[in-house]
Amino acid sequence: MIEAVGLSKRYGRTVAVDDLSFTVQAGRVTGFLGPNGAGKSTTMRMILGLDAPTAGSVRIDGKRYQELHQPLRMVGALLDAKWVHPNRSARAHLRWLAKSNKLPVKRVDEVLEIVGLTNVANRRAGGFSLGMSQRLGIAAALLGDPQVLRFDEPVNGLDPEGILWIRRFMHRLADEGRTVFVSSHLLSEMALTAQELVVIGRGRLIAQCSTEEFVAQATESTVRVRSPHLALLRSALGQEGATLRDEGESLVVSGMDSAAIGELAAAKGAVLHELSPQRGSLEEAFIQLTGDSVEYHAAVANDPAAQAAAATADLMTAGKK
Amino acid sequence: MTLLAVERIKLFTTRSPMWCTLVALVVTVGFAALIAGVDSESPVTIASTQFGYGFGLVVIMVMATLAITTEYRFGTIKATFQAIPNRTATLLAKTTVVALFAGLIGEVVAFGSVGVSKLIKSGADLSINTAFEWRATAGVGLVYAAAAVIAVAVGILVRHSAGAVSLVLVYSQVVESLVALIPKVGDDIQKWMPFYVANKFLTGDPDATGRAITDGPPPSDAVLSPWWSLAYFVGFALVLLGIAIYSANKRDA
Repeated sequence: MIEAVGLSKRYGRTVAVDDLSFTVQAGRVTGFLGPNGAGKSTTMRMILGLDAPTAGSVRIDGKRYQELHQPLRMVGALLDAKWVHPNRSARAHLRWLAKSNKLPVKRVDEVLEIVGLTNVANRRAGGFSLGMSQRLGIAAALLGDPQVLRFDEPVNGLDPEGILWIRRFMHRLADEGRTVFVSSHLLSEMALTAQELVVIGRGRLIAQCSTEEFVAQATESTVRVRSPHLALLRSALGQEGATLRDEGESLVVSGMDSAAIGELAAAKGAVLHELSPQRGSLEEAFIQLTGDSVEYHAAVANDPAAQAAAATADLMTAGKK
Repeated sequence: MTLLAVERIKLFTTRSPMWCTLVALVVTVGFAALIAGVDSESPVTIASTQFGYGFGLVVIMVMATLAITTEYRFGTIKATFQAIPNRTATLLAKTTVVALFAGLIGEVVAFGSVGVSKLIKSGADLSINTAFEWRATAGVGLVYAAAAVIAVAVGILVRHSAGAVSLVLVYSQVVESLVALIPKVGDDIQKWMPFYVANKFLTGDPDATGRAITDGPPPSDAVLSPWWSLAYFVGFALVLLGIAIYSANKRDA
């Protein structure tokens, strides 16, 4: 379990992380979501004790990272796949890491096997593709067979096969009862990978809930109704206090769920051709919630649609610099 | 011991130690061979075989600086602190390994220089007998080790390879010599500059064998006795390392 309490980080006048509190539970894949520059990486570094918080603290199973004895056995982390000396072989890189936490050398070959790098283990890590580096980083994270795993943007630069592999892999790790905490600015990826979400924008917590709840809460949940007796339904629904909107031939109802609408229609004897709950996407939910807190807006003034589009483009671009 | 083993693996799984050893050998032993081979007028002495030690010193300081700055450059320092959160212990282990390796190179090039001179001038008296002769040869390793500590400390503080290497080289090779140009006080200040003092340990209090001063590196005129000079140099290195480690603990990795 990871627990952050009032975590803050200031660089001079810039506030990177502002009074952030959240918990990450074991046995679930928790997504850490936020636009670029929201403070995800800074938070990740503070969890690992690499950066010192300006205020607040973050604990792993009740301990500060610095207090952990042989931390690789407890916490595995992939922060940046390029944190490898380019002239060192993959095996040598894992060998010194293993040695530092008194892990047996045979564990090095085991993790190389798990991530599928056995054949290139003795090649210079500098010659690796991004996908191979990413796998090497994951191998390093798995080295100590830790209960807590943290991945920063793990699918960056992976091919579709690699993305599928890592997605399944993270679920397997969570099913084994481990704490899996994954950061990403790719919403679509998180929707598929994460069961729980911690959403931040400009260093502040925006939401912590399950992925489903997040979508349900943040997007207006509506019901689409098609019927030959629309006029009858409209007045009946209006009396019940629902908000109505016409959309072509159909009526979009908010403020009532589909069950209540169906019962009302039956009571009034109205025939229904369609009664379908509309669910928003994670993208919509995200933009609605973080719209104000995207740090680098493209300069589009007073046009919500264009602004949202710009924010989406911002969020969906892969390369995180 | 674990930490020393970790740093040993890290140092010797890159290519830089091999290249540094080779270059250090070539510039120092090569220079000794040149002197022994070319200069036929003055006799070869133990002191004169060690002319090239300064070139080797430059090489090992570059090696030592890069040993730490490349860790910052490639982010492996973060992986290191992640694996071993105790930064003081980690950095001390790294400094120890680099200093021991530098010391070893120092001994190899010093005795190698004597050896190659012996091969070329088989008639010369190159047996190492006196305290001065022992200092001039075996002492090279000690000075290299302490210089490596200084280089690592600067590397920890500066972090950028180019900046740290230029600072170390410009300071040791240029600044200390130029200090003497300051009117009136320059000479007195120079006598207390660390690398100038370290030179005293190797070349100070030469034997009264009547050798011409040009037969070896010119004896330093630093004020301290040779062994106090070494202590001063090592002390300077350790103070710098202390500051560097203190700052590494305070700063974000």
